[in-house]
Amino acid sequence: MISQLSWKIGGQQGEGVESTDRIFSTALNRLGYYLYGYRHFSSRIKGGHTNNKIRISTKPIRAISDDLDILVAFDQESIDLNASELRPGGVVVADAKFSPTIPEGVQARLFAVPITAIAEELGTSLMKNMVASGASWGLLGLPMEVFNKAVEEEFGRKGPAIVEKNVEAVRRGAEFVLEQAGGPLDDFKLEDADGKQKLFMIGNEAMALGCVAAGCRLMAAYPITPASEIMEYLIKKLPKFGGTVVQTEDEIAAVTMAIGANYGGVRTMTASAGPGLALMMEAIGLSGMTETPLVIVDTQRGGPSTGLPTKQEQSDINALIYGTHGEIPKLVVAPSTIEECFYDMIEGFNISEQYQIPVIIATDLQLSLGKQTSDALDYDKIVINRGKLLTGDLPPNEDNRLFKRYEWTEDGVSPRVIPGMKNGIHHVTGVEHDQEGRPSENALNREKMMDKRLGKISQLRVTNAIKADAPNENPDILIIAMGSTGGTIEEARTRLTADGITTNQIMVRQMHPFPSEMLQPHLEAAKQIVVMENNATGQLSNLIKQNIGYHHKIRNLLKYDGTPFLPSEIHKACKELN
Amino acid sequence: MATFKEFRNNVKPNWCPGCGDFSVQAAIQRAAANVGLEPEQLAVISGIGCSGRISGYINAYGLHGIHGRSLPIAQGVKLANRELTVIASGGDGDGFAIGMGHTVHAIRRNLDITYIVMDNQIYGLTKGQTSPRSAEGFKTKSTPEGSIETTLSPLEIALSAGATFVAQSFSSDLKQLTSLIEQGLNHKGFSLINVFSPCVTFNKINTYDWFKENIVNLEQFPDYDPSNRIAAMTKIMETNGMLTGLIYQNKERKSYEQLAVGFKEQGLAKQDLQLSREDFDKLLTEFK
Repeated sequence: MISQLSWKIGGQQGEGVESTDRIFSTALNRLGYYLYGYRHFSSRIKGGHTNNKIRISTKPIRAISDDLDILVAFDQESIDLNASELRPGGVVVADAKFSPTIPEGVQARLFAVPITAIAEELGTSLMKNMVASGASWGLLGLPMEVFNKAVEEEFGRKGPAIVEKNVEAVRRGAEFVLEQAGGPLDDFKLEDADGKQKLFMIGNEAMALGCVAAGCRLMAAYPITPASEIMEYLIKKLPKFGGTVVQTEDEIAAVTMAIGANYGGVRTMTASAGPGLALMMEAIGLSGMTETPLVIVDTQRGGPSTGLPTKQEQSDINALIYGTHGEIPKLVVAPSTIEECFYDMIEGFNISEQYQIPVIIATDLQLSLGKQTSDALDYDKIVINRGKLLTGDLPPNEDNRLFKRYEWTEDGVSPRVIPGMKNGIHHVTGVEHDQEGRPSENALNREKMMDKRLGKISQLRVTNAIKADAPNENPDILIIAMGSTGGTIEEARTRLTADGITTNQIMVRQMHPFPSEMLQPHLEAAKQIVVMENNATGQLSNLIKQNIGYHHKIRNLLKYDGTPFLPSEIHKACKELN
Repeated sequence: MATFKEFRNNVKPNWCPGCGDFSVQAAIQRAAANVGLEPEQLAVISGIGCSGRISGYINAYGLHGIHGRSLPIAQGVKLANRELTVIASGGDGDGFAIGMGHTVHAIRRNLDITYIVMDNQIYGLTKGQTSPRSAEGFKTKSTPEGSIETTLSPLEIALSAGATFVAQSFSSDLKQLTSLIEQGLNHKGFSLINVFSPCVTFNKINTYDWFKENIVNLEQFPDYDPSNRIAAMTKIMETNGMLTGLIYQNKERKSYEQLAVGFKEQGLAKQDLQLSREDFDKLLTEFK
């Protein structure tokens, strides 16, 4: 019995790789396994190799594996490109149609199943993904009825005849391979999972769900990979709560519409990736200058320019912190788990209103699109705090003055009203302004207003601004990272411990303002520091050096080939360092 | 009920004496009072440029945003609270150069807002460069040999983009301008009102006198039917865009707010943000 295994399906884009993966993983989720998915895809619709990999485990996992147990291949290219990942004794399930061969030097068992032939016999080659997934499910010896239920849900809206055909395709695939293999493979027998249904979602869905929970009722956005799932989710849900999603003509319209709607009193967000964020920068400055709440999600992908639109990277951090002209207060947070994607949206909306600042939630492609098991999400943790937002009509002002929207206060945050409120009239402008919002070039006023705005965030720390796992007082190596890489580091650390190397780990979640005082003691205590990130210039590493120091201890582990870190890469790099 | 005086504030505009924008400001104040608004029910969202300052000169909620983006901001305000009356406003550079992309799509989207453009055919705040509305051959600091680009026709563009309300006026005709703004405010959908608003400092060609000589008031054509889109397009072309009055209105088409599925009548800003436990559990079911 094994406690975990990795399964991958590969083929041409548009061939059903996605739907197969969806059904396969839904069924596994129903059985209570922990799952972690990785999508390899290209920026095109049909054609081009694509593959989805799922890690299946009886215990929580948050990383892709170094190797592969089962590869389901629709074409020889999928075998050629992925066979090297197979562990010795791994399995390839491939379509007999193309007379599959295993590359030399790869020790794997091949099951050539007449995938296309069976599908065509049942009426359409479209069902070959069902034959293939049936075959691989069969080899695992998992209960067929759970799989059939998932098939039923996938195809239910197409009518019982279609469901029946697909179930038959699954059965035939399993039947064929089991005859060839002589029954389920003993060395692939997974231990039973706890049977408890878990949440299984991508980061984008967790964030979108977080938006609904946070009371966000409007979204304005322009489609972009890898952010579009957020708008696609919200357009299905927000109308049920009176709101909507507007697909705008560009990202500038998206962000300015969001600013207008926040000014109008509704929690509104936009989401994009690097190219869109670049277009939004001037408007983010408007939000900061006019102290209008704003929430933006940046799903980082490979840059610069169009870069690698479907690949992993963490290279927008500098742009998010420094991108706007002039100096404004803002918060940049990088969630590091699927659960944080959810809770950070709620906290992000709260902070944007409590501090009246733009808040940027920065994920990376792997966190945004990698489908994974989430812990239960807690309704009782959904707390909405709108800060100094006043409600109802106000008493008349003295001397017919305007409402002091930018009143100087001890904490720098002024009471806020929304249009429509009686006696709340004030002016809002991106020009430097006085307490009533009137344009002002007065030097003293300018200084006071700059200090007011920038001072607001001096003490701002989100929940777990850094997340430290620091069991060692003076670790040999402190690994610091952000975003989706945490789970991979945890696996590497287990291996390092086995090698006798002690490690601590910190995920930096708050990128700006930088939580130096929280990080500093950890840097001091470590013998060596590895800052690990998916970019070429070490942006997080530079933030640490710039804000704190410890240049002499810090080594960068950078990966910018478009793929996420593997546990083995971190293990190797840290071992060599020691 | 508020009078136009209640839409005035004590701020002295920084426009040049004689600027056409003064009358536009007065017309907005009068029209707002005439349609029965209270100051707090109106939000004026403006762009950048001389005319962009207008939101600061009207006693109403006002937001002076960034160059070319008054329309997306205004649409956001309206989406947030459809009970508000929203006016977007700015110059021809703001709306037809840097913001042209938004103008076309705001027209298509047809949210119930009124867009008033102060069209002076020149960049004033940057002290005299060419605008998309400048005539060919027009000499400015950025076109010392005369503009060699075609003059943009916002009225034709608006009609082709599916506008449901297109009007044009001249700032010294306060009566007509006020009436058109009132009609725009009452129109259930996006209304574009382009206003010839002479720049007395940098535009020595398109002066008050020049406009008086060259514009044609649609009142001269008693048979003109503003519900006829083809006739509207023809009239714009015949007059080379130098016409004033209500050029086109489609009263049939529903606004974006009316068409958006599930979008409530009550302003979103007034709705409760708290999700019920039951709704939350239902949302989670999809991920199991």
